[in-house]
This record gives sequence, structure tokens and C-alpha cells, in this order.
Amino acid sequence: MNKHTVVALVQDQPGVLNRIVSLFRRRGYNIESLAVGHTESEGISRLTLVVEAADVEQVVKQLYRLIDVLKVSDVTDDPTVEREMVLVKLHAPSDKRAEIVALMEVFGAKIVDVGTNSMIIEMTGAPTKVQNFVDVIRAFGVKEMMRTGRIAMVRGTRGHPADVHSESNGHANERAVLN
Amino acid sequence: MSEQQTGAQILCEALIREGVEVMFGIPGGAIMPFYYAMVEYPALRHVLCRHEQGAGHAAEGYARATGKVGVCLGTSGPGATNLVTAIADAWMDSTPIVAITAQVSSAVLGKDAFQETDITGITMPITKHNYLIKRVEDIAYAVKAAFHIASTGRPGPVLVDITKDALQGRMVQNWDIKLNLPGYKPTYTGNQKQIREAIKLIAKAKKPLIMAGNGVQMSGATAELRELVERTRIPVTTTLHGIGSIPEDHPLAIGMPGMHGWVHVNRAIQECDVLLNIGGRFDDRVTGKTSGFAPNAKVIHVDIDPSEIGKNIKAAIPIVGDAKLVLQAMLAELPGKEELSALHGHASDWMEHIQEMQDKHQGKQQYIDRAKTVGMNLPPHDVYAALTRILNTRGNYRVVTDVGQHQMWAAQLIDWIKPRTHITSGGAGTMGFSVPAAMGVAIAFPEDTVWAICGDGCFQMMNQEMATMMQEGIKNVKIAVINNGYLGMVRQWQELFENKRYSGTPLSGPDFAKLAEAYGWTGITIDRSADVEAAIETAYAIDGPVLIDFRVEREVNVFPMVPAGSSIGEMIMETPVG
Repeated sequence: MNKHTVVALVQDQPGVLNRIVSLFRRRGYNIESLAVGHTESEGISRLTLVVEAADVEQVVKQLYRLIDVLKVSDVTDDPTVEREMVLVKLHAPSDKRAEIVALMEVFGAKIVDVGTNSMIIEMTGAPTKVQNFVDVIRAFGVKEMMRTGRIAMVRGTRGHPADVHSESNGHANERAVLN
Repeated sequence: MSEQQTGAQILCEALIREGVEVMFGIPGGAIMPFYYAMVEYPALRHVLCRHEQGAGHAAEGYARATGKVGVCLGTSGPGATNLVTAIADAWMDSTPIVAITAQVSSAVLGKDAFQETDITGITMPITKHNYLIKRVEDIAYAVKAAFHIASTGRPGPVLVDITKDALQGRMVQNWDIKLNLPGYKPTYTGNQKQIREAIKLIAKAKKPLIMAGNGVQMSGATAELRELVERTRIPVTTTLHGIGSIPEDHPLAIGMPGMHGWVHVNRAIQECDVLLNIGGRFDDRVTGKTSGFAPNAKVIHVDIDPSEIGKNIKAAIPIVGDAKLVLQAMLAELPGKEELSALHGHASDWMEHIQEMQDKHQGKQQYIDRAKTVGMNLPPHDVYAALTRILNTRGNYRVVTDVGQHQMWAAQLIDWIKPRTHITSGGAGTMGFSVPAAMGVAIAFPEDTVWAICGDGCFQMMNQEMATMMQEGIKNVKIAVINNGYLGMVRQWQELFENKRYSGTPLSGPDFAKLAEAYGWTGITIDRSADVEAAIETAYAIDGPVLIDFRVEREVNVFPMVPAGSSIGEMIMETPVG
């Protein structure tokens, strides 16, 4: 099964995240990561999901059945900017600190906390770069690690601005949906 | 009019504005404010049921018979959870209902209050949408949105959960309400290019077949379907929920497909080269093993829900849209008789071939090997033979079936002529559906005779609604219990596939006629074929609700049968299929 990055615009109604995640559970789509947050439009949130499913077209169609979902796209094959963030509490005895700091320079990571024997490192980047970083710093001894979900945005002027109409007179619109 | 109203009064008025005439429910603590207010609105008829599941199925029966949104009510906690089965049933069969439940006061929400249950959480997977309303200001909007969502696009259930304090709140309601549902835009008009491609494909077909599903009747498209069938001369099969899309005595109507469909229909599907599915979702009871379904056919799939297209069966030509509108567009694209002459020629030979298979294997009249019924006092088939004759002679009937062997026999053996006269629980297959659903149908159509056909197992699940019907003065319901002392369909599977290990299937019950009399109904017991017709005629003669306990032969099987996991080409018959 392939991994797909799916971006969804949703109305920020109570329980909308629950609806989406429950949908994935009962249809058997595996969520590898999920990130959600506000957009440039009030009342509209954007989700980035990395999902493993045999038929991603079905995933998209099932999401559209949810009343609060406005727009869904599979951006896996589109040129996108993708980012993840990781916070790592690293075992950092004094004799290793110089080495760690040098590594931070290479990855563009920041030290955001220093303790007697540990440091918290913050690193942001494309998913593969984050993965590289995590693999490399393991050697120092990871006390705690927290990765966020991936967020993605399509390059150039195409994409998913959150400017959908908020008024509806209750009558169904007739708009061809190509499937 | 700028009067202050309570939330409960606003709820009543909102329902009336949606055209609600009847609601099925049971009161309780949290919903009391609504019950207090509803007495002030005589336009709203309330039917007090005996179990909320009965209220839910009654709302379903009402909706399936009329096409309008059915309404059921429950209080918080167990009142709400008792509605869940009926809501799930409506979800599976795309039946438009709105379920209104009361919730504990918003001050104690989330604290395990008395009769508190998270009904919106519980029903999320089985509703098109649901609302939890905690403020009186939000009630009117939620009702308007709920009815809109339930009745448009692919219909389905919507639940509105309202806290007690919201029902008790007071405000002046502004009734100029604009819906804000930017994420809900069903597609009704089919893509014109796809429709043209479909017509081109059909015109070139040599063995074309039309399959009519639930969507045809829900869309009110029976006239358009019939016109398409007659102008193309293509044979048409109707699924369980498609029954009634075209009269079964139409020369091109060939019968039901699938697990208990006829041999000639399943064979026709396996041989056809173009299959036009209108308003069906290729449910597994129809397709059997999907990899073996219609192997020679290019599929044209017309459905209002895009997620159904390509879900089970790949479509060569997908058309998202409302059945009636798409059919109208197809008819507009259809060429004249001269250009269709090739199609007509092929279709005529093809129909002749299907007819031959039908005559050979399982004509409507050859539904049971008569030689094997010699020792039987009452083969179940004799009940249906009498029913179909009498029902169709008298007219003005609706039939609601329950779930099991009796349901399959009803679908197979009764001649279905008019739309919305065959009402059953298909996708969920909920036992107990028929008695309460028949009540809903009877209230919608007091001039029709409504037959509920059920097994003895099904009857024992929801028969308490007979008391409801007595209280409501409902006279036009007749119940036919096909009583074989088993959970018959399960027993059949145990016989055919589990070496007759009848685990949990032999079923006892009360004397159903006596029970009916205890409810105030007329009860009749029949155990011989010779007495069947007279009993049915007596039921009609009595001006009141009647139950007939047909004590049929205990171990009889429904054939043909496609075993689960097999392709529909692999049917089991009592006698081997040659």
C-alpha cells in the first residue's frame, strides 16, 4: 500500500476532527501522521494527513461525504513544500557538547534548552531531512522525542486557499464533480 | 409576531415549517419540555410507541412509503440508544429520517448525569450528520439543516440532540434562516459528456442489461426508467430495493438478481456485455464475489453518491447524478428508432435467450418442486401464491417485509406492480422492522391495506407496537407471520453449510393469534394450504387490524442461492442447475 499526503479544508465545527479520524478507523485507512490548524480564513481549518490506503480515491470521496469537509486533495504527486518539526531531549554530557553543536549547524537545528546533562534541540525541515537528523542524533542517546505531523502546501499559484463561500440558501448546487 | 417562545415551542414550530405531520416517540425526563409544548401544536401528531426502536422503524416506514422525512423522538440516555438500531438501518438503506433526542442539561454534560449518554458520539458513524444543541438560539437552524441534509443528495438519517436547558430557554426566534453548509453540495445533473458516451455504448451493445436499484424510486424516476426500457427494448432487473421501479408484468422486466435472485437473471448478468446500473450500489448480496461479477460487461454506473462509484465494482462510464435527471438527459440523447434498429435486433434475440433460461429454470410459477411438497400441510410458498393473487386483484396495498427466508420469498414470489409498495430492511437486515414500519406506512396511507410479512423470530422482536396501533385506532394493518419455529434463514445456512448443526435456531413462541387477541386485534391460526385464501379474505373482511399465524412447514429452503463468497454464476438449486 502506498503512502499519500492528503490536504483537507474543513469547517471548524466541534467534533470535526473526531469525524475524520473515526471515518478513517472504520474504513480501515491507516493514519501515519496528522496535523491540523487554522488557516487564513476564520472558521476554516486545514488538515494534512499522511495516509496508507489501498484506494486513495475512495479516501477522498469518503471525506467529501462529511458535511464539514470543504475540499480535499491528494497532493502526493504535486510539487509541494512539506515540513515537519521535531523536539529532542538529547543526553548531552559536557564532553559531547561541541560535537552536538557542530551537528546542529549542519541541520539548521536550534538548542532551546540546556540542562546539567541534557539539551532540548528543535529542528524543522522537509520530512526526509528530519528523518536524517533523527537517525544521526540517536547515537548521542535520546531521552525524549516528539515529532509533529507533516504540513504541506502546493508550490506556485495553484493550491487550496481557504476562500470557500460561507453562504448557502439551502438549495443544492448543481456542479459537476469529475470522479 | 415577536413573541418570546421556549426552545420547545421553537422546535415544534420549526418541525411544522418543515412539513412534519407525524412524529413517533416516547417521552422521558429530558424531553419533557418538548412534550409539554407539542400539545399546543395540533398540526403535529404524536404517536406514542412502546419501544424507541419501534418509533425509529415507524419513521422509516413512513419515509420509505411517502418519500418524505420520517421523524422519531427519544429522551436522553436509553431513549436515545434505543433509536440506534433504526438509525443504523436508515443509514444502510439511505432512508431520510430525523431523530430528535433530548440531552441532559448543559450544566451537567460530560459528568455522567442521570440518563446521560453521548448519542452524538455514538451515532456519528451512522448518520449523514448530527448536531448537539446546547443553546435555544441554535435549535431552529439545526432543525432546518437536519431536514435539508436528510432529504437531499443521497438521503439518510440525521440526529439532533438538544439539551434540556436549551428546550427550556426563551427567545424571540427570527424565522428568516439561511443555511450555511458550504461543504455539502450534492451533484444532481449528470455530466453531459459521460451521458453521451453511455448512450453510444448502449446503442452498440449486443447483450445489454439495465439494473434498477433503490435510487430509481427514491428519485421518482419510474416513468423515465420505463421509457428508457421501452425505447431501447433492453431487459431490466430490479434489486431488492429496486422492486417496484417497473411493474413485474412488463415484458422486459426479468426479476431480481443476486444471492436469492433467479437463475436466468444471474446468468444474464454474467453474459451481458453492457450493464447500466441506475441507483444501485452493487451491494454484495447482488454481486456475490466481486472479482467474478459481470465478467463480460462494460459497466455504466449512475449514482448520486460519488463514493459508491468504483467502490465495489469498477465503472467504465461513471455518472454522478440524480436518477431522474440523468435518465431524462439520457432520453434526450437517445437517437430515434431507425438508428436504434441494430440495438433493437440484438436486444430482441437477447431477451429471447433470457426468456428461454427463465422457462427452463425458474419461472415465477415453478418456485418450488411440487413433488417434494406432497407430505406438507402448508408449504410457505402457498401463502405467497394466495397473497399475490389477492393483493393484486384488490389493489391499494403496501407490503412491509421483515428479514429472513420469508423476506426472500416475498421478493421472489409476489408480483410487484406499483412503486413504493415493497418496503423492507435491506442493507442492515434488521429483524423486527416490519411491524413498526407497517405502522408508519399505515399512518401515511390510511386508505391502503398494509401487510406486514414477518417470521416468528422477527415478530417476537417488535410486536409490542401492536399496542401502539390499538391506541392510535389503526385498522388497516394485517400481519402475516410465516411461522416455522426457527430462525429460518440461519437454519438454512446451518443445513447447507454446517451439517445441520442447528445451534441457537430452533425457536419457540407464544400462540400468536392469542397474543394478537390480547392486544385487541383479531387473531387467526392457519396450518393447512386449503385454508390460506379464506383466511386472507377474512382478514380483509374484518374492519380492524388482523394477525394471521401461518404455521408453515418447518424446514424449507430458499432457492436459488448463491453461497457467500461465490460468484453469482455459481447458484445452488434444489435440483442441480443444468
